[in-house]
Amino acid sequence: MTTSDGAAVATVIEAEGLTKRFGATQALAGIDLTAESGQVLALLGPNGAGKTTAVRILSTLLRPDGGRASICGYDVVADAVQVRQLLALTGQYASVDEELTGSENLIMICRLLGLSRPASRSRTREMLERFDLGAAGGRAVKTYSGGMRRRLDLAASLLGDPEILFLDEPTTGLDPRGRSQMWDTIRAVLAGGATVLLTTQYLEEADELASQIAVIDHGRVVASGTPAELKARTGSQTLQVRAADRGLTPQVADAVAAVVGTRPEMSDTGLVTVAVTDPAMVPAIVRMLDDVGIVAAELALRLPSLDEVFMTLTGHPAEDESAADIEMVPEGSAA
Amino acid sequence: MSSPVTNVITGTRPPEAVPDGRPSRTLRRRIGARQTLANGLTLAWRNVTQLKHSPEKLMDVTLMPVVFLVLFLYVFGGVVAGSTHAYLEILLPGLVGQMAMFASMGLGTALCEDIHKGVFDRFRSLPIARSSPLIGAVLGDTVRFGVVMAVLTAFGSALGFRFHTAPLAIVAAYALAYVFYMAICWVSVLVGLIAPSPETVQGISFIWTMPLVFGSSVLLSNTRTMPGWLQAWVKVNPVSHLADSVRALTIGGPVGDHVMYTLVWAAGIVIVAFPLAMRMYRRRV
Repeated sequence: MTTSDGAAVATVIEAEGLTKRFGATQALAGIDLTAESGQVLALLGPNGAGKTTAVRILSTLLRPDGGRASICGYDVVADAVQVRQLLALTGQYASVDEELTGSENLIMICRLLGLSRPASRSRTREMLERFDLGAAGGRAVKTYSGGMRRRLDLAASLLGDPEILFLDEPTTGLDPRGRSQMWDTIRAVLAGGATVLLTTQYLEEADELASQIAVIDHGRVVASGTPAELKARTGSQTLQVRAADRGLTPQVADAVAAVVGTRPEMSDTGLVTVAVTDPAMVPAIVRMLDDVGIVAAELALRLPSLDEVFMTLTGHPAEDESAADIEMVPEGSAA
Repeated sequence: MSSPVTNVITGTRPPEAVPDGRPSRTLRRRIGARQTLANGLTLAWRNVTQLKHSPEKLMDVTLMPVVFLVLFLYVFGGVVAGSTHAYLEILLPGLVGQMAMFASMGLGTALCEDIHKGVFDRFRSLPIARSSPLIGAVLGDTVRFGVVMAVLTAFGSALGFRFHTAPLAIVAAYALAYVFYMAICWVSVLVGLIAPSPETVQGISFIWTMPLVFGSSVLLSNTRTMPGWLQAWVKVNPVSHLADSVRALTIGGPVGDHVMYTLVWAAGIVIVAFPLAMRMYRRRV
């Protein structure tokens, strides 16, 4: 396969018709995925859509019931030993040992990967510094914040210079500050040209990090494309304005309607919400509000939420499909 | 690590590295025995390091020998052997066998808790042998064995126990107990993998350890007053063979074929329990 400019492109992740059932729940109903070298592929979907199951199959932790998948041409079932030498997994719940210190965690992984003792120590120091954990290296991981844990997890994943990195919901459960820090960290890793498979519940996250997005619903891919293509398909962005003086909410709605051409929705809290197709409408609305002398306490243009994307793509809202957290409980476990 | 592989950090990838999607790094097709053992030792280091950080986890193996020694010695001593001093010589070697059994039970609970933590996902996605985390857990449990035996021997000596044999025989006694301990640990691992939750491990463990520990020559070297069926059980019980071996090796007397039977039992237990544990582990996680 070649791109338009003739550079060689290799398919790194390939999955065909993957199926997996847990009891009565069909976690995967025939998923097809491909990712090329250097791509960042995001699996976007609500809880329980099958994202984690797909990652667990691709990372050899789970056998599929049907279909096949390969990593760099190696089958994830038949050639699991080779596949494990190519990938690294950063789990939904940081895959690090809580009772060890950050530095002990990394030394352990280095040793398991076959590095000598001195090499493990120097690599550990280097990675702790790189992930801004230098000062915390000697502390038990259970004292870490959520963001520090994820960073350590990511550092552990990169110790073996993997060909492919799996990031399973890397920012779920983090506060906004932790999330944006984690994004910065991931972006730095991506800048190196890694091939990454990322799962997320946030369109914003997929948009920030991914070059390709596959939207997953009920164990199937319901849409895929670049973030721009997907946003184009799901249509508009959402504009939200709130007046500093709640009493002026109707006037704000009038001003917005005058610019956009459609009647916005008004919430009880004074939030005026309308779909806009052209971002250039934002300055026009600002000028309009300025002209009538209204001070906006809040004005934001945001991407459609996962809910809105789902509504457009599947015709139903992104309901939480995690019946008893099926995805987290491994097969055969009574937990 | 020296082959020209893609580096996620630097992104350096030689252009010829992936013409057909296959990376240029040489991939191993299987994990050898040597690497399995090396990985097992690294993971044993993990378990030992955890104990170093929370030594309170060793509380049970520290107190157990003290409590059992005091209770059995002063409750049964006079009746069984005429005096507590005379009974101590029979009891302490027997308790070596009993403590090996009881100390191994903690491993099942610990493993059952440990296995559901995220770090096991990491182990399973690394290019290491599947059995390494289990081997590491068993090897790491050497610390618990060391503590229980050290406390038992030291406290027993303080109460008046004295070895009557050559140093080499004493070393052989504890080495034999260690071999048996490593074997019986695989049964604990299996229980830890079968049990639905950590709380249930102990209950299940008691069911299979009690008949072995008490239906044995651990507390009495003379079993002639027992009914025939129990004598038959005591005779085949590996814990009896271990207790009788340790007795002979520490206070003297004929060793007989007890050592041989203990070793045969240990080998038999590993041959059965290890593959079963591996099978459960693959299914469980």
